[in-house]
Amino acid sequence: MEFFLQQLVNGLTLGGVYALIALGYSMVYGILKLLNFAHGDVYMVGAFAGYGVLVAFGGPADPRIPVVTLIVLMFLAGMLASGILGVVIERFAYRPLRNAPRIAPLISAVGVSFFLQNAALLVLGARFRSYGTARMVDPATGLQWGPLRISIIRIVVILSAVALMVVLHLLVQRTKLGKAMRATAFDREAAAMMGIDVDRVIVATFLIGSVLAGAAGVMVGLVFSRVYHFMGFVAGLKGFTAAVIGGIGSIPGAMMGGLLIGLAEAFSAGYISSTFQNLIVFGLLIVFLLARPRGLFGVPEPVKV
Amino acid sequence: MTPLLELAEVDTFYGEIHILQKVSLQVQPGELVCLLGGNASGKSTTLKTCLGIVRPAAGRVLFDGEDVTDAPTSHRIARGMAIVPENRRVFAPMTVMENLELGAYLRDGDLKGDFERVFDLFPRLYERRDQLAGTLSGGEQQMLAMGRALMSRPRMLLMDEPSMGLAPVLVEQSFQIIADVHAQGVGILVVEQNANMALSIADRGYVLQTGRIVLSGPAAELAENEDLKRAYLGR
Ligand SMILES: Nc1ncnc2c1ncn2[C@@H]1O[C@H](COP(=O)(O)OP(=O)(O)OP(=O)(O)O)[C@@H](O)[C@H]1O
Ligand SMILES: [Mg+2]
Repeated sequence: MEFFLQQLVNGLTLGGVYALIALGYSMVYGILKLLNFAHGDVYMVGAFAGYGVLVAFGGPADPRIPVVTLIVLMFLAGMLASGILGVVIERFAYRPLRNAPRIAPLISAVGVSFFLQNAALLVLGARFRSYGTARMVDPATGLQWGPLRISIIRIVVILSAVALMVVLHLLVQRTKLGKAMRATAFDREAAAMMGIDVDRVIVATFLIGSVLAGAAGVMVGLVFSRVYHFMGFVAGLKGFTAAVIGGIGSIPGAMMGGLLIGLAEAFSAGYISSTFQNLIVFGLLIVFLLARPRGLFGVPEPVKV
Repeated sequence: MTPLLELAEVDTFYGEIHILQKVSLQVQPGELVCLLGGNASGKSTTLKTCLGIVRPAAGRVLFDGEDVTDAPTSHRIARGMAIVPENRRVFAPMTVMENLELGAYLRDGDLKGDFERVFDLFPRLYERRDQLAGTLSGGEQQMLAMGRALMSRPRMLLMDEPSMGLAPVLVEQSFQIIADVHAQGVGILVVEQNANMALSIADRGYVLQTGRIVLSGPAAELAENEDLKRAYLGR
């Protein structure tokens, strides 16, 4: 039972991270019908931005500012760096191809992904960097529930993931921007006919999705303590898998898909072997693509007359 | 008098294909003008050119005396244009209320009075206000598209085949509503397949054939035009 609960906590942590990545994938797909393969690398840059702030303030063991402030700043830096990067990518890699055949922006996305990975490799080297979270926050602090122990860092990560998703949900459902985003995702031309500035909505979508990815990058750095230039590749694929399983284009779908992938990964690592965790995750992707390609929450593509 | 809306010698292309050829038309303030023409003659393209969804390669678009040829769609809507698009184009996964709110996207301030006005006109929409637009019947969706356009308080309403796909009784009703909106002083440019009905309520009309205006004049004269009778009026 204790082991089960421990895996559950692991699954929720991972699930929160994958959900945040999946949201960016899904929102961008919803509006542009584009698989933004550079999204995982945007997340990587966010993780490095958080690391940069950590180093700038003296490193994990002996920071010059209170740890709470430091972690908040790391999140802000990760979100800001990723957000700006996402907007820049949209502006220079995708917007010029807006009216090109659909394969063109897809190729551009793969190109941006390679570019970011190699730029990070060039600038930062291939070395793994560690957030050194255990030196920053005593791993023994946290919730103790009988034999079950949840570290404070995991609690922070799970709660901030949930908080970000609640904020996103409110933004999309309640605000004028959110309504414009949903309208644009459904029918871009009709949205323009309402006076919605479609370009601005697209930029906002990239910004929001990338900010969430940046937060996810810092979360992974805090929990797993490892950041490196290639970390966006597998995480991006998992975020993509989560988005597809949830129903690409659907926001609740991305959240559920992320959670499902996180739990599947944690339980297969816990009960089978961590060697198989990726096999099982991507196996799920294949099962969904074959059996229910529109995912859990997806609607069939509307047929445009 | 300055026309409310004017196209001056407009040429429009889709890629290489030349669609509108030197199209000129005018709508005076408060005037109801109908645009007739066969399939693929360029009627929808004309309306999209007025709104800036399609950009002309040559010629000018003027709204209330202002040259808006290069202005974005949002500017034209803010100045007072609105459209009831072909095939309704309601936002299916959003509620009736949200669709109406989007109609008022560029307005700020209180929309309460505008909701009331639309719901007075279309009581059915009030009953269905929290329902998703995609679950409405075709007729209700048409009402929603019309209500959505009215939410922006337009001075100039563009309508693309508002009676398409409606049962005869609803066709009558929709023409009645067009006449009512017109009576409130809104300029209207309406594209219609139902030429008889359109000419019966319009002040003037234009006939488009493969991208050119081939005929224009007061509605009453057009209704008696022999060529038009043979081609469109089915009598
Ligand atoms: N987005 C587009 N890209 C390419 N060609 C287009 C596009 N939209 C319309 N066309 C072409 O332009 C021509 C005029 O189209 P338009 O929709 O303006 O005609 P219409 O008079 O409204 O026809 P209908 O009565 O069928 O609605 C048609 O030949 C159509 O195929
Ligand atoms: Mg048409």
